[in-house]
Amino acid sequence: MAVGGKRRWWWERRAAVVAGVTIAVSVWVGSHCYFRRENMAKAEEALVSMCEERARMIQDQFAVSVNHVHALAILISTFYYQKQPPALDQETFAYYTAKTAFERPLLNGVAYAERIIHSQREIFETRQGWTIMTMKREPSPIQDEYAPVIYSQETVSYIEAIDMMSGEEDRENILRARATGKAVLTKPFRLLESNHLGVVLTFPVYRSGLPEDATVEQLVEATAGYLGGAFDVESLVENLLRQLAGNQEITINVYDITNASEPLIMYGPQIPEGYMPLSHVSMLDFGDPFRKHQMHCRYREKPPLPLSAITTPFGIFVIIMLGGYIVFAAKNHYDNVKEDCRKMEELKVQAEAADVAKSQFLATVSHEIRTPMNGVLGMLDMLLDTDLNLTQKDYAQTAQVCGKALISLINEVLDRAKIEAGKLEIEAVPFDLRSILDDVISLFSSKSREKGIELAVFVSDKVPEVVTGDPGRFRQIITNLVGNSVKFTERGHIFVQVLLADNSDLGADGKVYSGLNGLSQSEKVQIMSDCTFDTLSGFEAADTRNNWENFKLLLSDEMFLPEVSTFDKEPDIVTLIVSVEDTGIGIPLRAQDRVFTPFMQADSSTSRNYGGTGIGLSITKCLVELMGGQINFTSRPNVGSTFTFTAVFKRCNKDAIADTKRTLSEALPTGFKGMKAFIVDGKPVRNAVTRYHLKRLGIAVEVANTVKMMLNSLTRQSSNFRAGRQPYIILIEKDSWYTGMDVYLHNQLLLLKQNDCVLELPKVILLVTCEYDKMSTGSLVDTVIIKPLRASTVAACLQQVLGMEKQQKKELSNGPTNLRNLLAGKNILVVDDNKVNLRVAASALKKYGARVECAERGKDALLLLQLPHKFDACFMDVQMPEMDGFEATRQIRLMESKANEQISNGGASREGEDSMIVEWHLPILAMTADVIQATYEECLKCGMDGYVSKPFEEQQLFQAVAKFLVSKPSSDS
Amino acid sequence: MSLMVLREQLNVLVNSMFLEGLLDAQFRQLQMLQDASNPGFVAEVITLFCEDSERMLTELTKLLDQAVVDYQKVDAYVHQLKGSSSSVGAQSVKLSCIQFKQFCEENNKEGCLSELNMVKHQYYSLRSKFETMLQLEQRIQAYDSEQQN
Repeated sequence: MAVGGKRRWWWERRAAVVAGVTIAVSVWVGSHCYFRRENMAKAEEALVSMCEERARMIQDQFAVSVNHVHALAILISTFYYQKQPPALDQETFAYYTAKTAFERPLLNGVAYAERIIHSQREIFETRQGWTIMTMKREPSPIQDEYAPVIYSQETVSYIEAIDMMSGEEDRENILRARATGKAVLTKPFRLLESNHLGVVLTFPVYRSGLPEDATVEQLVEATAGYLGGAFDVESLVENLLRQLAGNQEITINVYDITNASEPLIMYGPQIPEGYMPLSHVSMLDFGDPFRKHQMHCRYREKPPLPLSAITTPFGIFVIIMLGGYIVFAAKNHYDNVKEDCRKMEELKVQAEAADVAKSQFLATVSHEIRTPMNGVLGMLDMLLDTDLNLTQKDYAQTAQVCGKALISLINEVLDRAKIEAGKLEIEAVPFDLRSILDDVISLFSSKSREKGIELAVFVSDKVPEVVTGDPGRFRQIITNLVGNSVKFTERGHIFVQVLLADNSDLGADGKVYSGLNGLSQSEKVQIMSDCTFDTLSGFEAADTRNNWENFKLLLSDEMFLPEVSTFDKEPDIVTLIVSVEDTGIGIPLRAQDRVFTPFMQADSSTSRNYGGTGIGLSITKCLVELMGGQINFTSRPNVGSTFTFTAVFKRCNKDAIADTKRTLSEALPTGFKGMKAFIVDGKPVRNAVTRYHLKRLGIAVEVANTVKMMLNSLTRQSSNFRAGRQPYIILIEKDSWYTGMDVYLHNQLLLLKQNDCVLELPKVILLVTCEYDKMSTGSLVDTVIIKPLRASTVAACLQQVLGMEKQQKKELSNGPTNLRNLLAGKNILVVDDNKVNLRVAASALKKYGARVECAERGKDALLLLQLPHKFDACFMDVQMPEMDGFEATRQIRLMESKANEQISNGGASREGEDSMIVEWHLPILAMTADVIQATYEECLKCGMDGYVSKPFEEQQLFQAVAKFLVSKPSSDS
Repeated sequence: MSLMVLREQLNVLVNSMFLEGLLDAQFRQLQMLQDASNPGFVAEVITLFCEDSERMLTELTKLLDQAVVDYQKVDAYVHQLKGSSSSVGAQSVKLSCIQFKQFCEENNKEGCLSELNMVKHQYYSLRSKFETMLQLEQRIQAYDSEQQN
């Protein structure tokens, strides 16, 4: 296709070039022709004007000559005929005509011939002294009439005595002249003597007394003689034209066209010459109506083409070619750019596809890696159970730790890929935020103890106990952040704080603060007091928001506005601000803007020193955004970092809270309600944390900065204590403790008791951060709690110290036990066409104490599930012959809805013990081998309640089952 | 032979099967499901599996022998086989089945035939191991009951 396209493109380009050149050439030709024609028109115009000018001139000159001949005629008639004797003779005539020759430039001579009748010939001849001659110079034969020349101008004296009637043309002329009384012309002929072409003009002279309207006969009768002159047209016209400008350029022919079919040439070359296509014809009027004359003018040579007729079109041609080239080049460029753009587009699509492919590949590969890794880890587990010597055990443990790290990394990558592929879904289940935080804290407690860093959690009282959201993801976020903090912190503290967004506007300030990383030093210095900071551990923190100044405000806020939240108008949405503050190494300034980019760590040395992949924070960011929140941070190198994120949860309604409390959170012991405790701690933030945990246990708290102050206030308030029947607990921070303190305190307390200030000796509990501190405490302390504090650990300690009975101590939640709780005594139907699967599933469920029945076909299951039945749940294979799981479920649901209708219609049709079950709805869980494909919706669509993977995975089974089955603790047997 | 030796042998056998990739974690689950209350569980499941598989393999062979192959039926059988093998934790058979299913979906007869042979091969090698395993377990149980008596 590309080749064809290129070919076509090439042809198109070719055609465009040809078309462009053609246009340019045609414009060139066109304009050239135009100029040429213009030029011709101009030349013709010039020719016309020149021709007309010449014609008029000749005509005028001719007229002048004729007029003068006319004048001569008058002269003759006056002086010759009206004078007796005549006053004119040859001499006078010749003299006069010679002198007035300039008046007749076209006539080379004039002569006068008298009319002689034959009868008068003899008289005439004798009077003149010569005989009348013919043109051939012979004595004239006898004629009726003669016209012998009697007077002649010098120039034509040779025609004297010649009878003009003897010449053909002359005779004709004479006859015509005397008949008309006007000047007439002969046709051109060769003149005597000169042999030039010429015409003869003849003018009649009449005797006087002629009437105005004389007839032809009268005219002929009155004729006395004839005046004639020869026009030597050729030489005369030539002389005339020579005077005019532009004579060289044109040739002129003069014709006598009396006989139209046979024009007789009067002037000019016999064969017309010069530039034939362009000629002009002018009519000449020489005053003889009988004769007609024409003048033909044409250029001697073709009129030359002006230079501009060539240069201008050429210029236009060049301009058009240039313009065409510009367009062509532009088009070319445009094509190239378009082509490039298309390529880019293609590459972009490829890149995007590659990105998606990458994510999918990651997801697939990590999934595939997970499977064998589970094998590896399982084997390592088993290996560790066998008899190993210490070295072997160490190796195996290392391998296991590495394997676990790898699995968690793979999970992270999988998460990341899932998020990128948009496949991660956020759950919405009710959960107890505080217990999750406690869990996370306990996860890191050993590490924090090892390092001796303070790890604390504080949740604002306003945060509802139970919210709806995704606990797993929330836990993941907190774990990631705290994990990071623990990793990078060697001293000081890590402080997790959860606040309600609307009870402090600090959240909004967070964005501003994050821009000021490391800049507001001076501000922070002011907060310093006694070289320590008012933070949890006294170390400086990157974000000032968690210091006492702000914290105090927050606390007082809570104290003065207690529990407004019980009103109905509280919003459905709970926005929490969670901040994780540490006093670790911080993030270098230059790395701060790519903290959330996947696989980016602050620098490569980080991964060498601290390990990790750098994917955690990017996942955290994604998760936070998925949960409708934002994350940002403040960090100062070598001071610490504070990560703050918002999370949006839904508020739970009251029933759900009660429900969730029962099933999800391990309830805290309630036996401490009404007790009082005294906290001795110089650090306000820290004691606020301690107070928070004690409050959760229902213990009222008082605070003192030092032991002495505590003792003082004990003494002062002694009267109150008499009333207080509860044992008094004193929690003392390690900071306020010193060697020998135990003895001192004990003595003091004993003293108080003796003074009846207290009823019984208060229990003294020391709070320490690491194992090492535990050793250095005195013997007179009742117990030591190693931080981090958790409500449950505190409770356990207090129970131990106070000797309280273990109140229905439940086993801590671990999978199998819980599953056992859930499934014990339940009747469960398992439907699968595969016997092996059926057997395995059944025995797995049996192992958890369930009573299992099996069905191999969907139809059997339907029979077993005819209402009323005893089953609590049904596990259904999806793919079965005849009737698959979806179909079976639909039928079961149909059955149930019918039955439910009957119940609602017929009132209490089902009597007895089950009356509290309002509706039939058997939890049906799909069993499917490929959990990834079997989407939740697909199961829901046909009325299923969830799905479990096949073969069963404990955790997933538990999660799926926990939603539907209520554990029956009583049926443990 | 002492009980310990038998146990050891069984362990070695099972571990070798894991290493060869014949079995996966699911088999561990099965083993964990077996306790005092149902001592013969693993044996029972394995026997069930073997019976089932052999039946299906014969069916599959028949189906694929025909000139016009009913791929839907083949697919159903292969799915069954896959399900039961994954339940037992017979990894190699399961993986072959997945491949088989793919060929089946492509209606690729040659692929199906070669994959059927593969599955058979995997299955028979697994069965022989299973047989040894079951014998060992029987002996162990016999030992147990002897001791109890």
